[in-house]
Amino acid sequence: MPKKSERSSDTEVLIDVNHLSSAYGTRRVLNDINLSVNQGEILVIMGGSGSGKSTLLRNMLGLMKPSSGDILFDGMNICDATKSELLKLRRSMGVAFQGGALLSSLSVGDNIKLPLRQHTDLDENTISIMARLKLELMSLANFEDLMPSELSGGMLKRAGLARAVIMDPKILFFDEPSAGLDPVTSVELDQLILQLRTAMNMTIVVVTHELESAFTIADRIAVLFDGELVITGTVDEIKSCTDERVINLINRTPREVQIDAVKYLSRLTKGAD
Amino acid sequence: MFAQIEKLGAKAIQSFEELGRLTVFLYTVMLSVFSRPFGFSDLVKQIAFIGARSMPIILLSGLFTGMVLALQFYDVLARFGSVDLMGSAVSLSLIQELGPVMTALMIIARVGSATCAEIAIMRSEQQFDALTCMAISPYRYVMVPRFLAALISVPLLTAIFNLIGILGGYVVGVFIKGLSGTAYMQTIIDTVTWSDLKMSIVKSFIFAIVIIWISMGKGFFVHLEKGVSGAEAVGRVTTKAVVASAITMLFADYIASSFLI
Repeated sequence: MPKKSERSSDTEVLIDVNHLSSAYGTRRVLNDINLSVNQGEILVIMGGSGSGKSTLLRNMLGLMKPSSGDILFDGMNICDATKSELLKLRRSMGVAFQGGALLSSLSVGDNIKLPLRQHTDLDENTISIMARLKLELMSLANFEDLMPSELSGGMLKRAGLARAVIMDPKILFFDEPSAGLDPVTSVELDQLILQLRTAMNMTIVVVTHELESAFTIADRIAVLFDGELVITGTVDEIKSCTDERVINLINRTPREVQIDAVKYLSRLTKGAD
Repeated sequence: MFAQIEKLGAKAIQSFEELGRLTVFLYTVMLSVFSRPFGFSDLVKQIAFIGARSMPIILLSGLFTGMVLALQFYDVLARFGSVDLMGSAVSLSLIQELGPVMTALMIIARVGSATCAEIAIMRSEQQFDALTCMAISPYRYVMVPRFLAALISVPLLTAIFNLIGILGGYVVGVFIKGLSGTAYMQTIIDTVTWSDLKMSIVKSFIFAIVIIWISMGKGFFVHLEKGVSGAEAVGRVTTKAVVASAITMLFADYIASSFLI
């Protein structure tokens, strides 16, 4: 079973998020986030629903522009990057989406071959061999000819992962690898992520709300709460954190819902006269 | 009263926003036609979907439209003692107006709705985000083949509709009403001019652009639908796309006719 790596402290920073704030219209979702992703590490971005994890990921991927702050990817500010610079940059990124996001009109094999067909001059034979290798790695060797609609949730995620790593990217982003999966498949995916790092020496950023999964795979964990970065640290540092929000997250303590009885009743009776 | 005006104003702003968004969308799709690599196999797939697989409904609707037209014109022309002109009446009605419009309506029903729903589902399943992250332009990869396939297929389907409609008119006129087949064909040859055919071709091109533009655009921006998401949003934008395509197509028909007649 692959193990987490022992990392040295003087690692090269691959992604540097500086004072990032992001909003949907007038609703602020991320507030002054400062975060770095080191070369070769597995960084897990963790937090409850609505904490801003996915928005942070979308910003890191250049899928949305932040309201302020910047994100340096290998020294290049992706917030100011031109379209062609972003295109170039994205060839060194792999993204595995929550539901796989396979193109429904293509077979699993064609989905995985797509980036190679679009961005390389490799012949069809070589492309097929490379796709089969990645499918093998994801234990999907016999599913090449199936359509995405014929796969289970776990298989879709693994196929999405195979497509994300087909170009051997520098960095892999994985959105909610365990969401909606049974515990066994979830553990299998965690092992796969660790295996990928070992086999391909890849930097991996995982967004999840699953504690077990985060503690299994992470070199470092960044905890978000209501759009703010509460702490970034190793698993042990997170476990020993004294911040109440982190403790509540680890202990799965539900948020206290405070109801103002007077306001609540007046809202209920509004218009009843 | 003030609230009603405010609501109306908000609706108007929303409509202008949407029009602006869809115009930029069409512009980007048209620009992306020239970007590389060109997905030839995707284009062929889409021509098969929009063109080849629409053939049965185009053949059937064309045949029945022509037959009904012949029955109607026979009745009207008989009152003026001019039943010999039935060939030209049927063919001119089909070529100038009914062929392009009926074909467009069939394409809206079969292709427009399917395209809008497919693209909306792709959006909600993050397939466009996935393409973007793979450095593949969704416009070039998904929209351009559909756009070009519509531009190629709709005029061809219109031509087929016109031919089959004329044939339907022939069947009713000659085999049911007992007119001369030669006279039927001769009046067509004598009266249908290049400008009539040009009108049919120009209209079918315009309708193709309108249908595929609105269907793809509505699906592409499904995430901006207010108050709904998921399957409900897909259903809602598909209905909107069909209605908007049909109305815009009929409006474009009036504008085109007023310039071309």
